Amino acid sequence: MSNPAGTDERPPSEPEGAEPEEQQPSRWHGVLREITSSSAMVAVLSVLLAIAFGSILIAVTDEEVRSTAGYIFAAPGDFFNALWDAIWGAYTALFRGSIYNTRAETFEQAIRPLTETAKFAAPLIAAGLGVGLAFRAGMFNIGGRGQMLMAGAASGWVAYQFDLPGFVHLTFAIAVGMAAGALWAGIAGLLKARTGAHEVIVTIMLNYVAYYLVFFALSKQSLLQAPGSFNPKSLPAKDSAIMPKLLGDQFNLHLGFLLALVAVAFTWWLLERSSLGFRIRAVGINPPAAKASGINVGRTYTVVMLIAGALVGLAGANQVLGTVTSGVTVDLDAGIGFDAITVALLGRSRPLGILAAGLLFGAFKAGGFAMQASENIPVDIVLVVQSLIVLFIAAPPLIRAIFRLPAQEAK
Amino acid sequence: MKLVLRDITKRFGTLVANDRISLTVEPGEIHCLLGENGAGKSTLMNVLYGLYQADEGEIELDGTVRNFSGPGDAIAAGIGMVHQHFMLIPVFTVAENVMLGNEATGFAGSLDLDAARERVREISARFGFDVNPDAVVEDLPVGVQQRVEIIKALSRDAQVLVLDEPTAVLTPQETDELMQIMRQLKESGKAIVFITHKLREVREVADKITVIRLGKVVGEASPTASNADLAALMVGRPVELTVHKNPPKLGSDSLVVDNLRVVDDLGRVHVDQVSFTIKAGEILAVAGVQGNGQTELTEALLGLEDHVTGSIKLNGQELIGRSVRNILESGVGFIPEDRQIEGLVGDFTIAENLMLNRSHGEPFVKRGSLQLDKLHAFAHEKVKEYDVRAPGITTLAGQLSGGNQQKVVVARELSRDLELLVAAQPTRGVDVGSIEFIHKQIVAGRDAGVPVLVVSTELDEVVALADRIMVLYRGQVVGIVPSDTPREVLGLMMTGERPEGMTA
Repeated sequence: MSNPAGTDERPPSEPEGAEPEEQQPSRWHGVLREITSSSAMVAVLSVLLAIAFGSILIAVTDEEVRSTAGYIFAAPGDFFNALWDAIWGAYTALFRGSIYNTRAETFEQAIRPLTETAKFAAPLIAAGLGVGLAFRAGMFNIGGRGQMLMAGAASGWVAYQFDLPGFVHLTFAIAVGMAAGALWAGIAGLLKARTGAHEVIVTIMLNYVAYYLVFFALSKQSLLQAPGSFNPKSLPAKDSAIMPKLLGDQFNLHLGFLLALVAVAFTWWLLERSSLGFRIRAVGINPPAAKASGINVGRTYTVVMLIAGALVGLAGANQVLGTVTSGVTVDLDAGIGFDAITVALLGRSRPLGILAAGLLFGAFKAGGFAMQASENIPVDIVLVVQSLIVLFIAAPPLIRAIFRLPAQEAK
Repeated sequence: MKLVLRDITKRFGTLVANDRISLTVEPGEIHCLLGENGAGKSTLMNVLYGLYQADEGEIELDGTVRNFSGPGDAIAAGIGMVHQHFMLIPVFTVAENVMLGNEATGFAGSLDLDAARERVREISARFGFDVNPDAVVEDLPVGVQQRVEIIKALSRDAQVLVLDEPTAVLTPQETDELMQIMRQLKESGKAIVFITHKLREVREVADKITVIRLGKVVGEASPTASNADLAALMVGRPVELTVHKNPPKLGSDSLVVDNLRVVDDLGRVHVDQVSFTIKAGEILAVAGVQGNGQTELTEALLGLEDHVTGSIKLNGQELIGRSVRNILESGVGFIPEDRQIEGLVGDFTIAENLMLNRSHGEPFVKRGSLQLDKLHAFAHEKVKEYDVRAPGITTLAGQLSGGNQQKVVVARELSRDLELLVAAQPTRGVDVGSIEFIHKQIVAGRDAGVPVLVVSTELDEVVALADRIMVLYRGQVVGIVPSDTPREVLGLMMTGERPEGMTA
């Protein structure tokens, strides 16, 4: 109802008030609404704009561009050639590294980047769903890192500690990891429901708690640390608990990607087709109306955080059981817990949007390294582009102004 | 000062809020702007006050075309506005509020409060307002606060005074006093624009009436026009203004509320010693000025209040202590006083809103899954039955007009099997056409044997619907009286006075 035709749809307490403003429970809530209801167009344009800004950075940092700029008036052609080479080279390298390697000799090598992209995307999608689901209930889940750490530690422990038949062991390890993530996030949900504690504060603090807790456990022989080791690291996962490779051993792509796709389907069903999802959305958009309709808002918060934590936990399990199986470390989340927020924002908190955003960010990760290796462009450029995307998404009016979109788009 | 608005057009995107509206207000004249909610009255006044810029047209004061880029310009030009929601700072005194935005300062920027006090005294004396300049605004009754707003406008030498729905927050007595003040201001040569949708007031005080519908001037009327004529002009078709209802067929005592007390988190008492009974097939209407415990009473009935003592028995079952869901499922229908806050989820479709309080089971949920086919069939049926004007059932509720939004709420509540209907402000911010419809539906519910509690701050609505009237003042029952009680008596009761020979 951000329509300025809000002159027609005033809160009835002020049938003809002064400003077309709407009733908002809080500012955070308004920000959330703005983000989740922004159009797909804004998301796409944000990506394009961020890439454009990335080009400037590439150009500025490129040696060749800088040296030709010194004599730009003498030979402008040199400058523009260098400029083109730098930018074109960078983004084609990104493409070769993330989607299809045009310089490869065999087909397997050529499509290898795509499988890498999918591998990197899997935990981003799963964790992004966890963050996005919480968004839909009106909550900021900033605790992806802590939830992944707890889940990873739990999955990793099951993976080296138990001796079980292959399928059973893997399933058990994933389930325990998801449960650990769920409980860790559930704390924030329960505290919000019972005491009104703001989930942003609680989840951020739980990140620290989880980090130092896992670090402590990994430094204690009696807990998670590998016997005889001095490094804060656990034993590697047993083969029976490792996610099978999907396309044979020459590709790193493992079961985690399929599980992420299943999670997308599940979350879509949950939000769009289940009664629980109906209540989650109602609570997310208008808590007072939900309450007056007999929906237990507090319980919904708790349940949402449990499910969100389980989804983030899947990302944690994916890391220790699929991507890095050599043992649990405190770095297992590899920044995914925070990137997940970005993914959820870019995906507008919708499961299919998160799938697309997760794949894009997976591509950035896979391609970033290739870009650095072949064009000598620092991988940080990719990180800047990623951050810019979020910045633009968070400021739809900015995007509208730059692209001269109408102030309000028809839905 | 003579005010002329010429062909004012204001658009918001594709919506034309004002379509070539022209208006002339002479000095010493009360010009009434009559129209339904959303007709564009406030938009027009906000253009005049410099809050919006007109896309086309011009504003002329005493023959000079003016351009206001903000309220500051408008005030300087002699335009004063009294908003429906007062723009006063509650903890400041009257004098401080009056000088706010136009502070007279002495040496080194020190405030010259004495000058402001003097100004308040002088204006009060001139119009017989009786306002103490040192009183703190929050301690004053609403009617006096409104006078402070008027003084504030007059202290800037306003020659054109705009009153935006000024009577919405007043008791009938305060309304009468305001009318008197308006006449005095008129005598002193001010031009007054009086915005309202209440027909009674218009006919009492207006010299000229301009009716606006859907952003256009649809006609001018003289104060001698009948209510029915004015309403028809406002709505665009003949309207039934009275509610036709048969004498109630009373059943047994359904809702028995005994010694109810509601306290908020801060320990303030909002409802105290409230006891009443509603029989099956009866409408009990609660009258009172806004903020006298009506909200808390209805919320307590629904289980939305945390600190409730006493007893609420529905067909012998105690409701206090039960969850909202449990109370809803035991057959209580609830039309909340603010549909946008508690009644609807604006970003949900009409269909989704129709199942909002039935998300736990049959008929729309089966084993945790939404039964979309059933829901859509139901929604199509209700949209038709309740005449909800919308492109389709997947239209977002937030995009509907107030009247249509309210019809969605009413449709949802009345399509359940009810044991009790609680309707708070059922027609607030609803167009006249929809009011008629909603009233009929409520009466139909009563005739089907449902006990109904109606809460309304509009005395007309209370009188039209009620079988009996309960008057609340400061959270307590002043009295429960028959529906044919004279308006003057009700008005007196709304100020807390108990008529002679009556006990609560």
